[in-house]
Amino acid sequence: MAANLQAEKRIRQRYRREQRFKALCIGAITLAILFIFVFFADIIQRGYTAFYQAQIQVEVTYDERSLEIPAAAVSEEVRPLVSRGFLRQVPGHVQSDPDLKGRTVTRWVTADTGVNQYLKDAHTGLSPQEKATVDKLHEAGRIEFAFNTNFFTRGDSKMPEMAGIKSAVVGTILTLAVTMAVAFPLGLMSAVYLEEFATDNRFTRFIEVNINNLAAVPSILYGLLGLAIFINFLGVPRSSALAGGLTLALMTLPIIIISTRAALRAVPDSIREGAFGVGASRLQMVTHHVLPLSLPGILTGSIIGMAQAMGETAPLLLVGMMAFIPSAPDGVTEPATVLPAQIFTWASMPQRAFDELTAAGILVLLAVLLTLNATAVLLRKRFERRW
Amino acid sequence: MSTGQIILSFLAGLLPLALLAYGLGRRRALTVAGGQDRALHSRPGFYGWYAVVLMAAPAVALALLAALLELLGLIDAPETLILAAALALAAGGLWTAERTIQPGLRARNIVEGAVRWLLITAASVSILTTLGILLSILLEAMRFFQMVNIWEFLTGTTWSPDTAFLGGAGRGGEGQAEAEFGSVPLFAGTFMITAIAMAVAVPIGLLSAIFLSEYAPLRVRGAVKPALEVLAGIPTVVYGFFAAITVAPLVVDVATALGLEASYQNALTPGIVMGIMIIPFISSLSDDVISAIPMRMREGSFALGATPSETIKHILLPAALPGIVSAFILGVSRALGETMIVVMAAGLRPNLTANPLESMTTVTVRIVDALTGDQEFSSPETLSAFALGLVLFLITLVLNTVALIIVRRFQQQYE
Repeated sequence: MAANLQAEKRIRQRYRREQRFKALCIGAITLAILFIFVFFADIIQRGYTAFYQAQIQVEVTYDERSLEIPAAAVSEEVRPLVSRGFLRQVPGHVQSDPDLKGRTVTRWVTADTGVNQYLKDAHTGLSPQEKATVDKLHEAGRIEFAFNTNFFTRGDSKMPEMAGIKSAVVGTILTLAVTMAVAFPLGLMSAVYLEEFATDNRFTRFIEVNINNLAAVPSILYGLLGLAIFINFLGVPRSSALAGGLTLALMTLPIIIISTRAALRAVPDSIREGAFGVGASRLQMVTHHVLPLSLPGILTGSIIGMAQAMGETAPLLLVGMMAFIPSAPDGVTEPATVLPAQIFTWASMPQRAFDELTAAGILVLLAVLLTLNATAVLLRKRFERRW
Repeated sequence: MSTGQIILSFLAGLLPLALLAYGLGRRRALTVAGGQDRALHSRPGFYGWYAVVLMAAPAVALALLAALLELLGLIDAPETLILAAALALAAGGLWTAERTIQPGLRARNIVEGAVRWLLITAASVSILTTLGILLSILLEAMRFFQMVNIWEFLTGTTWSPDTAFLGGAGRGGEGQAEAEFGSVPLFAGTFMITAIAMAVAVPIGLLSAIFLSEYAPLRVRGAVKPALEVLAGIPTVVYGFFAAITVAPLVVDVATALGLEASYQNALTPGIVMGIMIIPFISSLSDDVISAIPMRMREGSFALGATPSETIKHILLPAALPGIVSAFILGVSRALGETMIVVMAAGLRPNLTANPLESMTTVTVRIVDALTGDQEFSSPETLSAFALGLVLFLITLVLNTVALIIVRRFQQQYE
């Protein structure tokens, strides 16, 4: 009887331990999931305000004096509340529309960042007097929030209310175009060689070890490579989309090779044997049968590789892609910046107003990356074939 | 003409030529066969490709050779001359192809051979990349070690390159302290932050993997696994911003509440955030190895009356240990080379301390700092980035290789 009691006690103890361990596991995964929510809530809460912006209705006088001193175009009372970026454009307005000369026009213009910050209850550099003016105008309906079009249609600027992501988006597209133009064909050919053509010899094994190692090399070392070889040795222009794109291409190459090989390996050998059986050459077997069948898998891997290249910053900093780029680059050899680098530049700006821009830039970047990854997952789900 | 225009005009000339060559080769083959493709050794298309290969291969080879020689400064020919020569060679190749196409010509074998070489060249790019990384870092690091003693670099405890910069700018006075390049504080900071990151990532990642592979119902697993992958897809610059602006003040507040003094650029913040970044890495690798253990081992353990947690602790974890160790090593190698989080959230000041609440700097921070400044490229401070990069490369190379070997052994065990 005593032995039985002891055994029961021990079993209860073991079950309690089991419960504890399971709770620990659930706790760990909950922590990880919780973090995702905290993270997204934090970034959204910091960034959503940047998508709207204060506008102020002022009377703009296009006379001789305001062409010389643009600040004189608006009355002294509202002058500190209007964005200096707008005032600089005043002579340009007259140039593009000569009829404006000598007239006074009432129009909605971008407000200064101080107004913006004040109305969003953030820290602001406005004087108490200016704050009173803002309150008065706000009540009169002459200061209102509107969608922040500057954020999407303008390049970088030292004035937060005028800064936008356009030049960074164009730079990102150019850089990724270079990256994929180099990495995709090279990666595809390497993978086809290793999976379909190569015999298992030393050279092949050496390449394999190499690729696996390259996939784990810290990305910043690719930046050192890009700086030393592409810029200093080959003379590619610094800060250009070409230099950044080539650097990222080398970094993306192993990812594409590894995923393409997995996709090729998923095609069963019976397909290859069937092709050989009707007299196809190796090249015909690959291009007519194996590649079309594995294309969804290859595309999935390439999209994931591209998404990774798109979020990469460190190697690009080393090849100079964190320059101040106010207008979008026209070609791959011109100085450019990319979205993550733009986020980094804004994050290191001293003005508080750049914080919300940084978070908004992050939201745009994350939206694009999540879309890319979701596309990859859908592609895999939709076209994946089990043999 | 700039280099870019040369390359563009070369390609612009080559592409229509290739199209032309394909069409001509194919037609020629059909003509010599009297319109009956049965008489040909290969399919007509192969004769087209044969013409393309004969046209393009010599021209591309010449262009690449000339570019290489010019880059090394061995020849100095005008670009237009090289361009003209390459295009002439292309025309010559096309003419030869036209002449040699016969019904008995084994075009398929020749094209297959050419394609094989093309593929080998593509596969070699990865070797060239490794060589490129190694050589570019090694050569610049050598220049650095000519200025700074390698032993001093590895064992010195003071890192103050700024005076070297002043000297380089011609403002170094007689009484100025000499620049010191002792990398120990940088590596101390790197290892400290890595250790904190692993202390966060390993328990959470491993327990998550155990939950996903052993406890979670299929539906939960299907929902949670992609969510964790979202974590892996977040760019590091975003983690850096999150660390600097949200986590750092939080850590300082908590430390102050506990009566401790913490810097806003403390080592704990980047460590924690980096740990979160590595969680999906550890969990997905561990999940893979735990799931790879054959079902019969679990069933044997259950049959003996063990509870699931006892099975996990005494059967599954020991069996999966090599895989988990390699996941751990790969995680460490990631943390060592991580850049943006530490650049944005850790300090710039080299500091040899064991207190994670103080500001510390890391190897990667100093690399970025040295190369984004406006010093001359040949200044010791700029070159020091390459020396640091070399050490980082060697450490991660060893770690990755060890991890790969361990994981290969593990896979063989259960195949």
